[in-house]
Amino acid sequence: MTADAPALTATAVGHAAAGGHAQRGISNPILGMILFITSEVMFFSGLFAAYFATRAANQPWPPKVFGGILDPLGLIIVATIILITSSFTCQFAVWSIRRGDRRGFIRNISVTFVLGIIFLVLQAYDYTLLFGEGMTLGSGPFGTTYFTLTGFHGAHVFGGVLMLGVLLYRGMSGQFSARHHDAVEAVSLYWHFVDVVWILLFSILYLL
Amino acid sequence: MATHALSPAAVAGYRGGLYEWLTTTDHKKIGIMYVINSFLFFLIGGVFALLVRTELAVPGIQLFTNEHVYNEAFSIHATVMIFLFIIPMLAGLGNYAVPLMIGAPDMAFPRINALSFWMLPLGGILLRASFRTPGGASAAGWASYPPLSERGALSSPGPGQDLWIVALILIGTSSILGGINFLVTIFKMRAPGMTLFRMPIMVWTMLVTSVLVVMATPVITSALVMLFIDRNYGGTFFLPPEGQAVLYQNIFWFYSHPAVYVMVLPAMGVISEVLPVFSRKPLFGYKAFIFATAGIGALGFSVWAHHMFTTGAVFLPFFSLMTFLIAVPTGVKMFNWVFTLFRGQLTFSTPLIFAIGFLTMFLIGGINGAFSAAVPIDFALQDTYWVVAHLHYVLFGGSVFGMFAGIYYWFPKWTGRMLDEGLGKVHFVLMFVGFNLTFFPMHMLGIQGMPRRIADYADPAWNGWNLLASVGGFIIGVSVLPFLWNVFISLRNGKVAGDDPWGGNTLEWATSSPPPPYNFDRLPEIRSERPVFDARHGHVAHGGHGGPVEEEAPAALEEGHVDSQGPGGAS
Repeated sequence: MTADAPALTATAVGHAAAGGHAQRGISNPILGMILFITSEVMFFSGLFAAYFATRAANQPWPPKVFGGILDPLGLIIVATIILITSSFTCQFAVWSIRRGDRRGFIRNISVTFVLGIIFLVLQAYDYTLLFGEGMTLGSGPFGTTYFTLTGFHGAHVFGGVLMLGVLLYRGMSGQFSARHHDAVEAVSLYWHFVDVVWILLFSILYLL
Repeated sequence: MATHALSPAAVAGYRGGLYEWLTTTDHKKIGIMYVINSFLFFLIGGVFALLVRTELAVPGIQLFTNEHVYNEAFSIHATVMIFLFIIPMLAGLGNYAVPLMIGAPDMAFPRINALSFWMLPLGGILLRASFRTPGGASAAGWASYPPLSERGALSSPGPGQDLWIVALILIGTSSILGGINFLVTIFKMRAPGMTLFRMPIMVWTMLVTSVLVVMATPVITSALVMLFIDRNYGGTFFLPPEGQAVLYQNIFWFYSHPAVYVMVLPAMGVISEVLPVFSRKPLFGYKAFIFATAGIGALGFSVWAHHMFTTGAVFLPFFSLMTFLIAVPTGVKMFNWVFTLFRGQLTFSTPLIFAIGFLTMFLIGGINGAFSAAVPIDFALQDTYWVVAHLHYVLFGGSVFGMFAGIYYWFPKWTGRMLDEGLGKVHFVLMFVGFNLTFFPMHMLGIQGMPRRIADYADPAWNGWNLLASVGGFIIGVSVLPFLWNVFISLRNGKVAGDDPWGGNTLEWATSSPPPPYNFDRLPEIRSERPVFDARHGHVAHGGHGGPVEEEAPAALEEGHVDSQGPGGAS
């Protein structure tokens, strides 16, 4: 009864086969990125909750000194359009590499990378304008929430730009193909997430 | 150990030395480093606890120079125990066990796994360093409620509180990355045949724990960064009049209540592995247990405000009801465990004794918790020693007893050596007695109205219970010594364990002790949640009669046929 060797060895499984590469379905890096984005969604949920709680407790909103300071049709609409456009170019890059079109991939990912940097530059410039009007992190709840939310979003854009830079480098050294481009798929998900957060932020901070 | 000779490639691949440990991405070594690191912080947190109990043994201020230092001591005690001991210790047990239990060669992201680990000592060093800053370490309690944790002459002026925030963000990030790693590992790396409903309960509890970690931990990160902005950049999130202190409490507990389940679910997983093995029976109600675990995870997100009943800012009936409701899946689990033991062929080895310690102590923690779920009782007992009693019965009586069950259970797998049974039992008796002497009197103190977090007390009725609790605290401290001695002598010349000393059910017992770096030369066929049991009794278990099969004796496995084939045999 003890030495049932045949039962023990019925399914011999090699090292690689147990590694999941043989399995179908979503790949490990993409699932990892989806879960990471889930955690990021929860992080921003905490910030958004604090924003609404602070806003509800501090009426009028915006306070009189900063009335109309956040103009949705100013510089920020340009930045917004740029970031949304970059999401499209990012997706074009994904479709290119899925077809095996490396040149198209590099072209699209370069455009995305540059658009991301332009967004950051515009946001930094916009910050200096706001600082000039006396609105800072420490200038009361309006400034605190605005700079915290947009600041953390900007940090995430910066992270995304770094990832895009890595993609660009790896793409130019020919590391991606129609079959092997999990990193591209994962980074594109992250970039879309960053874009969606901005659309929410723009709606809430500028329009609502 | 002897089985290593059968896989020479495994030995050659395992470079020895410090360099190998510092750079390893092997989930087993990382798991062991998690356990060792967490245990060191258990000792540090324990020293702080003993300082606190020494101060409280008799009325007056004796040990500490002033109340502020006392506040630092209990704040750091709780922070260390929760964030640097219990959570990472259970993550470490899971780190070692999960890939083995699902038949995987490693975690899904081995380098991220190493990153998760190395953030912990870094966070710990920051926390420890905060004592050297002007104003000392954080003294605002482990929850660090504003306005106490805000910058201000009477609250927390120094950088100690900032270091506390940064340390917690680091540790939280470590948890999140670990949680993502566990989820991808569990969903993507299972061996052929290891369906979700054949996974060991330990893996299921780690799955639900990881969901809680990934969903809840970022929320406390957001609270911490807002607190940091308040303290350092003139933010107004939590400081009245513009800010709201209750906002912090809501966000904090939105993480910290699920964190309670992060701290206990893996321990439940451990004892759900231990009880069947030492009862020679399958777990009673495997699927019910899984659904109860998922239920606890889901309900865990809807009870956070029961920590805030007395703020007057939360909807009491809802949170009270949900809190009572969460006792239901927990109760289901108690039945699972008790009926696993019922009419089992019990072997009272140390892991089982600690598991029974978990069952009994966690039951008390559940019952006194249910009292606190009732709003009127909570109003009376809020911030008294009753709460201290309750939380220690769940976190120490539950989590810590559970993790010691796991350490005694898996030590043979980790090292190839058995821990000494006699010393293990001495450890258990001392810890069990000391634990109850320390924390049971706190129920009385709480009912008598003694507030928590005070350095001195004046009511003579509290003297006796406090002295008793302090004596108990030192017995707990002493109980760690036989354990450390046990580890020391067992590593040197403990009984050689063999592959499967307990007659285990799950896949980690189907490889050598310790396993080779790639874990398995070959796997048994996986046709149930007990593949190793099936391999041992295949013709019986699948004879067509169904129903659980009672086993005779673990001695049957002494010789360890499981991996007696060389690497050449693998396909």
